[in-house]
Amino acid sequence: MEFSISNNAKRLTLILIVTGALLTLIGLFTTMGDHHFKTRLLANGLINGFFFFALGLGALFFLALQYATETGWYASVKRVVEAVAGFLPFGMAILGLVLLTITFMDGAHIYSWMDPAMTDPKSHHYDEIIAGKSTYLNKMFFWVRTLAYFGVYFIFLRGFRMRSLEEDRIGGTELHFKNYRKGATFLVFFAVFSSTSAWDWLMSIDVHWFSTLFGWYTFAGMWCSTMVVLVLTTLYLKNLGYLPKVNESHIHDLGKWTFATSFLWSYLWFSQFMLIWYANIGEEVTYYMMRIENFKGLYFTMFFINFAFPMLILMSRDAKRNAGILTFVGLVILAGHWLDVYIMVSAGSLGANASIGPLEIGMVLLVAGFFIRVILNNLTKAPLTPVNHPFLDESVHHEI
Amino acid sequence: MSDKVMYAMYDDDEVLKDGAKKLVSKGVKISEVFSPFPIHGIDPIIGIKNTRLGIMAFMYGITGTMLATLGMRYFMVVDWPMNIGGKPNFTYLDNMLAFIPITFEFTVLCAAHGMAITYLLRNKTLPGIPAQNPDPRTTDDKFVIEVRSSENSQYTADELEAMLKDTGLIELDQKEIK
Repeated sequence: MEFSISNNAKRLTLILIVTGALLTLIGLFTTMGDHHFKTRLLANGLINGFFFFALGLGALFFLALQYATETGWYASVKRVVEAVAGFLPFGMAILGLVLLTITFMDGAHIYSWMDPAMTDPKSHHYDEIIAGKSTYLNKMFFWVRTLAYFGVYFIFLRGFRMRSLEEDRIGGTELHFKNYRKGATFLVFFAVFSSTSAWDWLMSIDVHWFSTLFGWYTFAGMWCSTMVVLVLTTLYLKNLGYLPKVNESHIHDLGKWTFATSFLWSYLWFSQFMLIWYANIGEEVTYYMMRIENFKGLYFTMFFINFAFPMLILMSRDAKRNAGILTFVGLVILAGHWLDVYIMVSAGSLGANASIGPLEIGMVLLVAGFFIRVILNNLTKAPLTPVNHPFLDESVHHEI
Repeated sequence: MSDKVMYAMYDDDEVLKDGAKKLVSKGVKISEVFSPFPIHGIDPIIGIKNTRLGIMAFMYGITGTMLATLGMRYFMVVDWPMNIGGKPNFTYLDNMLAFIPITFEFTVLCAAHGMAITYLLRNKTLPGIPAQNPDPRTTDDKFVIEVRSSENSQYTADELEAMLKDTGLIELDQKEIK
């Protein structure tokens, strides 16, 4: 069945974008004269650029994972996954633009290692630790890596989408096995890139500090938010009467993924936190000291929301099959994971000067409206149920 | 009253499923199915209720959480405040982070063991309990439907037998129970 965007959806996304733009403008005018204005604006760009880019990337990862494991059940929601992954090029554009601006502004107090004074022994801003890391953290190599991530993700995304549409036309298993190989290859790249890109874009904000777990922690948060978006999109389409082949079991499975990835995220958050708390080494605890000093309430509320909500509410089988409960929990933890990224970026760049005002809310609404519109638009471009997917029959009869 | 038990044997789970559907549509009550592996989708056909094992797992888990908390509070705080790396040790809450991994592990341990033991007890398959399946071949490559005449009083034993024979079985065993 072909999907067409309803007028309601068009109006709502437009309202989101316009409200977002208005709030952003209000925010711009009220904070313009502020000393930290540029940092704050770019930090917001980085937060939203990364968060929504990560949603697309999470969907691409999920798609590759399903290909590599030759999963059957997801065949009837595959187009939803592809539509969310289709946001990736736009996410790259936003994130790339923000990173480029930051680079030209010598870090803009977000990436302090981009400031040449930090690595110049004659300057009194000279920082020995940053200088020591400068073989890895320098503008040139940073961009080589960033472009490598973007390039690889884009090539795989285009390949998956192309073969998926081709499968609709010609069918057969040859494309399926090609997808299988490409999916596995993508996972190999992603295993490395998911960690290093999180170090480059987020961990290097707190440049003196490092954690080997950080990449997985970021990745788990991204995966969880992606699963929420997939559940919500599927429920939305189902509610409008599309996706007749998607039954309660598919919703249940997507709900299980949300539940499981929430736990994965909480587990990694806690592992990182507890090890640093226990060892109590000066260089390591600064990261949490900064968060506890300036974001105490927000930081622990965020953890509580992202951990306890899915755990307590989504534990039972019936809850994972209930559209209302899934939507409620999904929206709450989506906000929770946005807060996670917000604190990741703000704590190291703005610190005590960070606050959530019209600028922050406006920019989220703006990008969210755009994000939803792009996804809906992607959904119209192909039949909602893949025609010749080899596991379609298995997916139609999916029952758990 | 005497009871007649019939065991219809099949060599394919799909044939068994179709046969079971046919029998149930005529109002026959199937009391049990024996199979070497779980047959997907057989539960709703023969009217088996959803398992309550999950609820028990939750209760065992909660028990584990409470035992671990009480135990650690006593060992590490009340009985002898343990000084590990100079961490605060006068209340449980001060040192709570250190206790979380143990609490988690003990919760899982209790839930898993409780669930496994409950499962074995409920199915009467604890070690040493005699096997209940009617034919050892159902642990290899055969599938059996059990029908009791006492549970199907609207049909005579002969009618039941005729209906069973109509479902593509390969063997039919009958047993009188006094």
